[in-house]
Amino acid sequence: MRIATASQTVGPFFNFGLTANPSLGKMAGDGAQGERIRLSLRVVDGDGIPAPGDAMLELWQADANGKYNHPEDTRPVTADAAFCGFGRLETDGNGTCVFETVKPGGVPQPDGTLTAPHINVSIFARGLLKHLVTRVYFSGDPANDTDAVLQLVPEERRSTLLAQQENGLWHLEIRLQGADETVFFEL
Amino acid sequence: MTTYRTPAPGTHPEYLSPEYKTTHRRAPLQPLIRIPQTLSEITGPLYGHNPIGETDNDLTRQCAGEPQGERIIVAGQVLDEDGRPVPRTLVELWQCNAAGRYLHSKDNHPAPLDANFIGAGRAITDDHGNYRFTTIKPGAYPWRNHHNAWRPAHIHFSLFGPAFVTRLITQMFFPNDPLLPFDPILGAVPDARARERLVSSFDFDLTEPEWALGYHFDIVLRGKNATPFEESGT
Ligand SMILES: [Fe+3]
Repeated sequence: MRIATASQTVGPFFNFGLTANPSLGKMAGDGAQGERIRLSLRVVDGDGIPAPGDAMLELWQADANGKYNHPEDTRPVTADAAFCGFGRLETDGNGTCVFETVKPGGVPQPDGTLTAPHINVSIFARGLLKHLVTRVYFSGDPANDTDAVLQLVPEERRSTLLAQQENGLWHLEIRLQGADETVFFEL
Repeated sequence: MTTYRTPAPGTHPEYLSPEYKTTHRRAPLQPLIRIPQTLSEITGPLYGHNPIGETDNDLTRQCAGEPQGERIIVAGQVLDEDGRPVPRTLVELWQCNAAGRYLHSKDNHPAPLDANFIGAGRAITDDHGNYRFTTIKPGAYPWRNHHNAWRPAHIHFSLFGPAFVTRLITQMFFPNDPLLPFDPILGAVPDARARERLVSSFDFDLTEPEWALGYHFDIVLRGKNATPFEESGT
């Protein structure tokens, strides 16, 4: 067996290579099915200082019907052609990225029930030698109570994964370190 | 359902790496929570988020004139840990110019920019997992991590692979670079074999007479769990 290639930091100067195209933040095209949402994610460090332009967030999510546009999702449902499940933005000077997407549908879990709507997030930054993975859930969604992954998170830390809605914008702070540190996953 | 193996211990750096100062306030201190691989993790973005242009894999032909510096070819194969090629996957790279300067507004290293060099490229691996770029050799550059800190010459690489869990961003280094032993970023990789994997090899077969030296760099993504190994037919 070969040893896998090690992760290395994305560094501070990735913009012209990875995030020069801001349209990768617009995942829901005209005609995308489902509830259109704006999702604002802000990355802060252990001192609460936002990552200014030197962090990159990537989203991966199912469409409004809970379908992933990928061959491993073998269910006989057609993925929404007006929706791109992948998004990628760099943080602005305030550490924030705003994605235009749709609220994903639930995805089948091994026991046959549906997951709560969630968006998978990869976080890359200067100072992160390997990327971090977390999930965004939607505060108040009744399916949160039966989502198998959310139940693996100690109850007192679950709020770090719950986006809150305010003035039509869903927002979640991603705290890399410190009090109320975001829950990150090992896959 | 396909699932992916956990990489061997020591393959990847830890988040908190004392020699790399920015990790001190950005590394999470709580343990990660292990979750099973579900449909959310074993699917992932495939390569199609932007069409690939004709000069995307030739960084020496993206501007009006030729960039300054030593022209090189960087090529290799994207594989998984079992040696299976990873076909039709997006490889993105970016780098500084021959003088060690990035085309980025916050790079204030007092070295010249090159009007004929952007430093970003993209390619899709072929059916056998192979990729190939033409570029120029990047320079070393200083950073403020510690006194007299210099990054060895390197090219940043970004790969998706077949799933959300195979996502990888890494760096390729050059053989015999005297700065390699002093780099806290390469040095954060615990396993010596994993560090060696990040150093490309000089390759005469890739080298083109009267034109460019060739460097070979294979990239190994996570292997699959519990599926029988099949020799590929090629
Ligand atoms: Fe760099």
